[in-house]
Amino acid sequence: MSRRRIIPGFGLSLGFTLAYLGVIILIPLAALFLKAGKLGWSAWVKLLTTPQVVAAAKLSFGASLAAAFVSAVLGLLVAWVLVRYRFPGRRLFDAMVDLPFALPTAVAGITLTEIYSTHGWIGQYLARSAAWLNEHWQPGGRTGDLLAEWAKKGACYSPLGVFIALFFIGLPFVVRTLQPVMEDLPKDVEEASAMLGANRWTVFRRVIFPAILPALITGFTLAFARAVGEYGSVIFISGNLPLKTEILPLLIVNQLEQFKYEAAAVIAASMLIVSFALLFLINLLQRRLNWRAR
Amino acid sequence: MSHRPVTTESFGVKCLLVGATLTVLVLFLFLPLCAVFNEALRKGTEVFFASLREPVAASAIKLTLLTAAIAVPLNALFGVAAAWLVTKFRFPGRSLLVALIDLPFAVSPVVAGLVWMLIFGSKGWLPPGDLADLLAPLAKVVLAAAETPGFGWLSGLGDWLDRPKIVFDLPGIVIATVFVTFPFVARELIPLMETQGTDEEEAAVTLGARGWQVFRRVTLPNIKWGLLYGVLLCNARAMGEFGAVSVVSGHIRGKTNTLPLHVEVLYNEYQYSAAFACASLLALLALVTLLLKDVIERFGGHAGSRGH
Repeated sequence: MSRRRIIPGFGLSLGFTLAYLGVIILIPLAALFLKAGKLGWSAWVKLLTTPQVVAAAKLSFGASLAAAFVSAVLGLLVAWVLVRYRFPGRRLFDAMVDLPFALPTAVAGITLTEIYSTHGWIGQYLARSAAWLNEHWQPGGRTGDLLAEWAKKGACYSPLGVFIALFFIGLPFVVRTLQPVMEDLPKDVEEASAMLGANRWTVFRRVIFPAILPALITGFTLAFARAVGEYGSVIFISGNLPLKTEILPLLIVNQLEQFKYEAAAVIAASMLIVSFALLFLINLLQRRLNWRAR
Repeated sequence: MSHRPVTTESFGVKCLLVGATLTVLVLFLFLPLCAVFNEALRKGTEVFFASLREPVAASAIKLTLLTAAIAVPLNALFGVAAAWLVTKFRFPGRSLLVALIDLPFAVSPVVAGLVWMLIFGSKGWLPPGDLADLLAPLAKVVLAAAETPGFGWLSGLGDWLDRPKIVFDLPGIVIATVFVTFPFVARELIPLMETQGTDEEEAAVTLGARGWQVFRRVTLPNIKWGLLYGVLLCNARAMGEFGAVSVVSGHIRGKTNTLPLHVEVLYNEYQYSAAFACASLLALLALVTLLLKDVIERFGGHAGSRGH
């Protein structure tokens, strides 16, 4: 730093920021990894390969991926319509997208459970159509079991419920990341491709989609990262059936309630490591995309 | 044939896409919102208000407000300091610092509660007994000071220092909330102050303004809408936080249950109407937050950053 700083407050803001960041975030996270490290490598592996943890990890990451993917697809649709078209009530619907950010997760949790139970607004139709399908189509096998389960319980207390809750949480991430990028898309490129004879679908596929893909991936990543850690909106609708609908954050809470601090720390630390690794990979992919687009 | 511009779709496709979007939004976002109020008022307004007047519910509301009243100003202060540091100065490690500020968004709320249990819990690094030993000298001083007339208000603090309790009590709830809502204000301010640059502050300094004056008279008017926006989002999350608080609160009825935790307790006890009555209060908070957000975006000229 050769130039003298003119603006005051460097020392004060640096000191306060670092102290606060250290006390609130860094020391606690270090404590987590230290605690997890206390259990040796073999104990760590043994804990992570118990059927309960494996089942929960599969559900947590699987449902999060599925929910983030569907959020990306439907989020693209919602963002497109909100940015491109004018229709009555657009502002209201636009504001509504933020609801999952603002609604406390516990409220979302009990409400979704209510709606998707067999007597709920959506659950009753879901249960009825599942029963009808099972009766007339008789798919048998795993599909048949799944339909029978939905017919009996609606979407509640099943992986489908976990997926629905995570989709509810994830949708706004995709919409809100896509919107500003779509608003800034230059119209002249689209016009040029239309002049050259491309139809609308080709223009979307070859011109618009590549331009918004990085933002779409960012939205997907944000939705996924949030979904993996989500707790409040999931635990009510999932019903927490052992080996079936338990998510990883719930296992952490369970271990803690049995005063197994190390085990809780190991699950939490592993979850963080996997999440960070995935985020890092997606980031890498995105950089390549950005680089190619240039 | 109408002559539609080449950069838009045919009327039929438009209708189809708008219809699909409205279906998604109504089915997945609007219905849950309606369901909260519908369930809350199912047994009539009398039951609704009675469940809010319950002493346990009232104490949960109080605790929620108190927690937000401590956590939000702390994070607002941090947000301003961090944004000032990151946008007005260039120094090594700056981009790492920005990345670290976002870190809590990638951490599960449950883990945000767990870390405090690992530090202050009975089997943590600094269990209540050790913490009491550590704070004993300070407690003695404060308790002695409380004896002197006029300083009686210190006795509460002295008692706490004498037998400090962090997890399963208010301090734990507050620090867990602070962890979860940590990035909100900083995240709003950093991009905003980045685009504003440092010219105005430099001019103020050249004209003889001192540190606080520069901030109060030049920077603060420029960032006030962004700051308000961040505080609004931070507050909504602080009052609604469930996972992190659930881990550290210990669920002591009427004492360490915040409103979201109280909703959970009522729901698990099959008191659905009461649970949804309290939930509707939180949903109302969400609606007010969205409304104010819209107002700030419209009148503050603040585009609002996206996400979280």
